[in-house]
Amino acid sequence: MRIERRLQQPWWLAVVVPLTSIAAAFLISAAILWLTGHPPLHSFHRLFDAAFIAPGALSETVVSATPLAFTGLAAAVAFRMNLFNIGGEGQLYAGAITGATIALLMAGAPSPLVIAGMIVAGAVGGALLAAIPAVLRAFLSTNEIITSLMLNYVVGLFLEYLIFSSHSYLRDSSGFQASVFPQGKMLPDEATWPSWTIHSLVLPLGFLLAIGLAILVWVLYARTRFGFEVRVIGDSARAGRYSGMRTRRKILAVMCLSGAIAGIGGASQDGDFRHQLDPRGLRQASYGYTGIVVAALARYNPLAVVPIALLLGGLQNAGFALQGADFPNGLVGVMQGLILFCALGGELFVRYRVRFERGPVKTTPVTAP
Amino acid sequence: MPPAVALRGITKRFPAVVANDHVDFEAAEGEVHALLGENGAGKTTLSNILTGLYRPDEGEILLLGRPVEFHSPRDAIAAGIAMVHQHFRLVSPFTVAENVVLGDQQDLGRAFLLRTRAIEQRVAELSTRYGLAVDPRARIWQLSVGEQQRVEILKALYQDARILILDEPTAVLTPQEADALFETIRAMAADGRTVIFISHKLHEVKAVADRVTVLRRGRSIATASTAEATPRSLAALMVGREVEIGRRHEDRPAVGDVVLALDGVCADGDRGVPAVNEVSLEVRRGEIVAIAGVAGNGQRELSETIVGMRPATRGTVEVGGRRVRSGDPRSAIRAGVAYVPEDRLGTGVAPTMSIASNLVLKSYRRAPISRGPFLRFGRIRDLALRAIDKYDVRASGPDEPAWQLSGGNLQKIVLSREFSGEPAVLVAASPTRGLDVSSIETVHAYLREAASTGVGVLLLSEDLDEILALADRIAVMYEGGIAGEREAGSATVEELGLLMAGGQEED
Repeated sequence: MRIERRLQQPWWLAVVVPLTSIAAAFLISAAILWLTGHPPLHSFHRLFDAAFIAPGALSETVVSATPLAFTGLAAAVAFRMNLFNIGGEGQLYAGAITGATIALLMAGAPSPLVIAGMIVAGAVGGALLAAIPAVLRAFLSTNEIITSLMLNYVVGLFLEYLIFSSHSYLRDSSGFQASVFPQGKMLPDEATWPSWTIHSLVLPLGFLLAIGLAILVWVLYARTRFGFEVRVIGDSARAGRYSGMRTRRKILAVMCLSGAIAGIGGASQDGDFRHQLDPRGLRQASYGYTGIVVAALARYNPLAVVPIALLLGGLQNAGFALQGADFPNGLVGVMQGLILFCALGGELFVRYRVRFERGPVKTTPVTAP
Repeated sequence: MPPAVALRGITKRFPAVVANDHVDFEAAEGEVHALLGENGAGKTTLSNILTGLYRPDEGEILLLGRPVEFHSPRDAIAAGIAMVHQHFRLVSPFTVAENVVLGDQQDLGRAFLLRTRAIEQRVAELSTRYGLAVDPRARIWQLSVGEQQRVEILKALYQDARILILDEPTAVLTPQEADALFETIRAMAADGRTVIFISHKLHEVKAVADRVTVLRRGRSIATASTAEATPRSLAALMVGREVEIGRRHEDRPAVGDVVLALDGVCADGDRGVPAVNEVSLEVRRGEIVAIAGVAGNGQRELSETIVGMRPATRGTVEVGGRRVRSGDPRSAIRAGVAYVPEDRLGTGVAPTMSIASNLVLKSYRRAPISRGPFLRFGRIRDLALRAIDKYDVRASGPDEPAWQLSGGNLQKIVLSREFSGEPAVLVAASPTRGLDVSSIETVHAYLREAASTGVGVLLLSEDLDEILALADRIAVMYEGGIAGEREAGSATVEELGLLMAGGQEED
């Protein structure tokens, strides 16, 4: 048996392989469910129901999917250029901090203005944080994986410090309750982001913003000079330099763009869902890391990010809904892991093919004289 | 007494080339025997056969008169053959002593626990005996390149190799280190070991070897005693006499103004040591100037410096009278410098991107390829279709990724793109390396065409035939500097070979 690189990738592979991968993931999940004493079909039905069908389920799924769409998009933007920004998590916190600060500062101003201010502040916060690993990478060739990852902890602890360990502007210090259970100040009503309802499906502004950003990023990468440069540098940085591209500037721009998108995701958490700076909730959710999974499953294609975010968001949401004595939440985690595993494994079949041969394997020398 | 090692009629074929064609070679015990030849002459293939890495298609290997057959490098090591490669095979976090016992299966290295003290003592003994000064407890990463080479030799001596092959050992050494190495080589030979010294530097061969075998195009041309040979005669053997001289086509245009001027250019290599040293050179419109030289004498670094991919540490590059910013490829492109890089896939093109995208790699910034921030893919596709047609590129279409193309077709893409920018200067680094004969013809035709339309062409090549066929003027690079410059008409192969090998002109 040999594995060899495909010379041509037939178009149907791009459809068949992901579907097969997901089917395989469900098959293995079924085996695990069965082994743990949960009837597989019934469990899948319950899962699917809790994620997408039951009244309000889809709206809840959208709530879970929104931050994942932002962080997934942030990861995809950077990974396309082989810039491994693992800092989506921290950049989302940063956006949540700056977004909430602006919301409190602008209290009393007209609502659209406050919301716009929050979006801009979130983007700036995320971009500024991402600029740190970007500058280190561009000018000192520091590994951005390590630096961006480490900053996640720094910002995470800063976030907790703001609310739990200091008397910061963002901390609620109004009453007795607040001094016993520290929490962030409630944001003014003007800072609540609108949502639209279609039948029973609630679409928050953040989700629509994520879709808009996904389209924008797609256009940017597929149709513009900037995107062309990013793709060339991502493919071969030397070829980029050879062609006279400013590779350092591109590193800075792409990292900041990635950070800005994650940061808007943070602001959306403030404005759409939490209405206060909520360190514990944000840190528990680990949107940034799940976003990397979303980007990987979407094969860094911005348009695929939103559907994938909905799928993973749905699973997460179903996990919350079903979790209980008879259905441990861990099982949903197992399924998520299996989907990722099978999808990435399936990639192998898109790029390579397996050939079965009998007899001795013929080898062609590849060494030059 | 039979020779320590004898190769008889060794032939090794690769898909596109016969690397060794009935090579005969022998060396006696206690002899230092040099293998001399240009790049691609078959020296490395021959040593790979002797060390069991390749198996010959024909011919036999005899050790002390007994035929042997090596199925793997392990067999060769067991037979007492060791090689010191140009690129060291050392584990950098390990100590010298640890590296020395690394491949040892029998002796001290076999013990479950390392007997550090005993090993270090053995290493110290060997290093004093052969003058290989290195601290057995030092870690490899702390050592200079010269010291690392000594560790490689110690490894061979520790295995008690009777036959040592040194592959261009002085390429990485300072002159002082090289002298010390020659002392070691003589000490090893005095001990009855056979040293096979691979080189293309004539004075070294004269200095250290007893006899020399010259390889050319995969054949063993001659074996001579170094006492009798002169650098001139060796150079002639190395590059061959059958090459005709000055075959440049007749209809060359009148040579115009200076379009590329280098003045005292210095640059560092990848390891941060000086690689280009005070190079001054002029190329005129319509002229092909070739830089000859054995690989690794600074040609790659020089070409990268001219096109801005490597900063110059000193000196200036001027194109059409305008100074090009050092280390800024875009400035060079704007000044009209086209560049055919040595590394086609990876530098010359972005491998996974389409032919069409690669064709606009340098023109995408301007109209009509782009409008505002947007690229016009329709135009790019049309342009690609036309280029594929005009340059006869064998590809399935403009969307085919570049890495799927053969070397010749890839080079056509690169050339087509570089010419489309209407350059003033074309820098071509080894533009035909690895190509088949017909692609080589095509590339040569394009270079001539470029010159005839008034482009100043700077060709860097290791192939003297190519240089003599194309160039108007020839400069020879040796150890980072220009060793000499000749008009193509008056240059002789012997003279060029001598300059390439670092021989003095008075010899």
